[in-house]
Amino acid sequence: MTGPAGRAPVSESLLDVARRVVGWADDGEQVEAFVVRARETEIRAYEGEVESLTVAESQGIGVRVVRDCRQGFAYAGTLEAEALEEALRESRDNARFATADEHAGLAAPDGVEPAALDLYRPELEDFGVEAKVELALELERATRSADPRITGVESAEYSDTVYASAVASTAGVAATGAETGCCLTSYSLASDGAETQTGFGYSVARSPDGLDGARAAADSAERATRLLGAAKPPTARLTVVLDPFVTAQLLAIVGSTLSGEAVLKGRSLFADRMGEAVAVPALTLIDDATEPAAFTASAIDDEGLATRPVELIADGVLRAFLYDSYNARRAGAASTGSAVRSGYAGTPTAGPQALRLRPGSRSQADIIAGIDDGLLVQGVTGLHSGVNPVSGDFSTGAEGLRIRGGELAEPVREVTIASTLQRLLTDVIEVGGDLEWLPMSAAGVSLAIADVTMSGA
Amino acid sequence: MPTPDLDRELLPRALVDETLTAALRTGGRLAEIFVEDRRSSSAVLDDGRIEELVSGRSRGAGIRVVAGDTTGFAHTADLSRSGLTAAAAAAAAAARSGGGGRRAVEVGGAAASGAVSVRVPPEAVPKSAKVELLNAADDAARSEGAAITQVAARYGDSRRRILVANSDGLMAADDQVRTLFSVSCVATGDTGLQTGRETAGRTVGFELFDACDVSDMARRAARRALTKLAARPAPSGTMPVVVGPGGGGVLFHEACGHGLEADLVAKSASVFAGRIGDQVAAPEVTLIDDGTMAGEWGHYTIDDEGRPAARNVLIERGVLTDYMWDRIRADKQDRASSGNGRRQSYQYLPMVRMTNTFIGAGDEDPGDIVAGTDRGVYVAQLGGGQVNTATGDFVFGMTEAYLISNGQITEPIREGNLIGNGPEVLTRIDALGNDFAMGSPGTCGKDGQGVPVGDGTPTLRVTALTVGGTAA
Repeated sequence: MTGPAGRAPVSESLLDVARRVVGWADDGEQVEAFVVRARETEIRAYEGEVESLTVAESQGIGVRVVRDCRQGFAYAGTLEAEALEEALRESRDNARFATADEHAGLAAPDGVEPAALDLYRPELEDFGVEAKVELALELERATRSADPRITGVESAEYSDTVYASAVASTAGVAATGAETGCCLTSYSLASDGAETQTGFGYSVARSPDGLDGARAAADSAERATRLLGAAKPPTARLTVVLDPFVTAQLLAIVGSTLSGEAVLKGRSLFADRMGEAVAVPALTLIDDATEPAAFTASAIDDEGLATRPVELIADGVLRAFLYDSYNARRAGAASTGSAVRSGYAGTPTAGPQALRLRPGSRSQADIIAGIDDGLLVQGVTGLHSGVNPVSGDFSTGAEGLRIRGGELAEPVREVTIASTLQRLLTDVIEVGGDLEWLPMSAAGVSLAIADVTMSGA
Repeated sequence: MPTPDLDRELLPRALVDETLTAALRTGGRLAEIFVEDRRSSSAVLDDGRIEELVSGRSRGAGIRVVAGDTTGFAHTADLSRSGLTAAAAAAAAAARSGGGGRRAVEVGGAAASGAVSVRVPPEAVPKSAKVELLNAADDAARSEGAAITQVAARYGDSRRRILVANSDGLMAADDQVRTLFSVSCVATGDTGLQTGRETAGRTVGFELFDACDVSDMARRAARRALTKLAARPAPSGTMPVVVGPGGGGVLFHEACGHGLEADLVAKSASVFAGRIGDQVAAPEVTLIDDGTMAGEWGHYTIDDEGRPAARNVLIERGVLTDYMWDRIRADKQDRASSGNGRRQSYQYLPMVRMTNTFIGAGDEDPGDIVAGTDRGVYVAQLGGGQVNTATGDFVFGMTEAYLISNGQITEPIREGNLIGNGPEVLTRIDALGNDFAMGSPGTCGKDGQGVPVGDGTPTLRVTALTVGGTAA
């Protein structure tokens, strides 16, 4: 199954498909083809049985055409010859209706060599379905037996993906990527007879030998059981400690405001603040898809350019925005290798790929020990409805444990925490040393923030 | 435009039979094939320019085999005999741990096809007409003043043809057309940036714009952003909340709708499990999920398991009467599906989903409801929401809201979430207006699948909800 460089041979054939479409370009026309193929397995265990088992392969192509400074786009969810031709034809036709834009165009190779990342593990493809089923069943058993108060497992799931992509263009881009990933996820229900609480735990790896189902089960059970007895506290203003999983979600929002597109279109609260202190000096934010430990690591961006580390905020000072090739041209800057797409059906834009904060040195427990009155936020809900990345208004449902006298105290629920993105960054007290990569586009780390409003009773 | 012969066009009858027979090759209780052919197009104006037009097509089939309590599922974009046979074999292998005998399958006669009620199919409309709408919206929004510094408008349409057949002999088809238009504005002032948004969407074709003036929508979105420039921080703490007509549906979608989905109920992951027949809400409250409401965003003729859409009364005068069901959950209870089995695309298994979920009108004058509220918050437009069905705790966002003081709607407040608990909130509704309206089209996410849904309510008051602001 493996090629000499440890890459799946399948990505080579994808590049052929991309090149074939690009070869159909007319004179005076720029064409780019982005082709992906994914093989996925998903197994859900419930009450000792396999509830569902999905095996699937999907593929698709997105075709960008630029002619006379006008861009068009079309996609197809298959790589059949007829569909490729139709996608190019539609993309070409769509370009006629766009407003002419002097910056329109494709990415050109910029000489930056892609990092040598080992993201494809052939052993995943050799791992049998029976073994995957056993991992899912064992995850459910382990979650159930983790604590007598665990009364049910809403979902215990094993999933994996073998993903390959290729991008080629008339501008000279020809790049491929291949990666594997697998994940165990447990959602548990805990009850003390009077009420029910929920918790989740997960483990992600490039291949099954890196999965830690015992930890996923234990985390799931602990998150659920420690909320039992939670009550709605009175409204207060206090210091919050965000669990790594919550910090990662916050970083994803902050990262979206640093997209060159948001900045150029006047939709970023940081648009006019380059070179200014936007956060405390302890805060350094980096977007770096070349970090192999990142779940979303990739040596190339979605326009086929090499990814590279970008220091967005250095010691609290805003230093960079993220650019794809179009937004870079518009800003008079260079692409930072930050083109992202929402799959083959989406056009590229600029966005974060693998965000992380420079970690501090202390554990979460040590940080909590120094807080007299606070809240450990274990989970948040409604980020999509309660945070406005344009205005910076931040309000989210939260659950977690009160911190009293440096120790974790009673659980709370049905509260919101609120501030603004601007203030959250300048109210940071400490970044923890517990950096961990999560199944999302940002790394988690404990983060202590002062002066946050907790709305309760 | 003549109604196309859907079953013939999507997949020949003989191939349907053959695939289902192959799926039951190693046994099973149920085999099902779901074929989907979706075309979509969109056009985006942003930053004063027609930025892009996008067209797309995806087509494929999902095959599931149920054996015992195990569902095997495979999907393929290859609708040839060999592609479908391979997918059927994969689904069968996935389900092979179950019981049931092998048998040949022959599906029923012609597919019972949904009537195509679309007057102007989107694919028959020139792209230039779609672009004109965007320009009109941009002009109208910017005419509201120089403080409007950014406008984005999006036109989108989709046509989704589906064919469902299963080993019980069912064969059904539908042709689902949706058209959507949205405008988002940014206003810039001394206090920073604010946003305003308007969305219109219906299960119709281009005739959407006969009834919906995009310039009016754009002006409303612009005024919403401008109004919020003067907004003060939202209060924090628990207080009465009055929700305006049309928007409150998302509250019920989150507060109890998800908790009434039979899959979550069966796993005891719902606070409403075991509560059929109980008084769960104030006696004025009637909650209905209705997939048959023609034109509404959550409407369809058949669900993604081939079952006709239905009007299902979930809470009647405060009493919990039923949950929502898909095929798998209904089979376990030896009852019929309620027509709520939906999936995002052929690449997903169906599960229990809402359609158009609404609270029926009361008889109070909406003005009296506000006048009877001494201090609180009036929410004119809601954003999205989220719920933990096991605890009932839910949040939803307010994207346009005002303070109520002394029975009057006063200053605008900044965005934030409201948080509450479903079972508690249902009992805290003390006023329902006579001004029922459907709300904005929405996308409901569950287990990573998004499906279009609608909602609606009259003006209503919840006596106590927690407002997640920063002001004291």
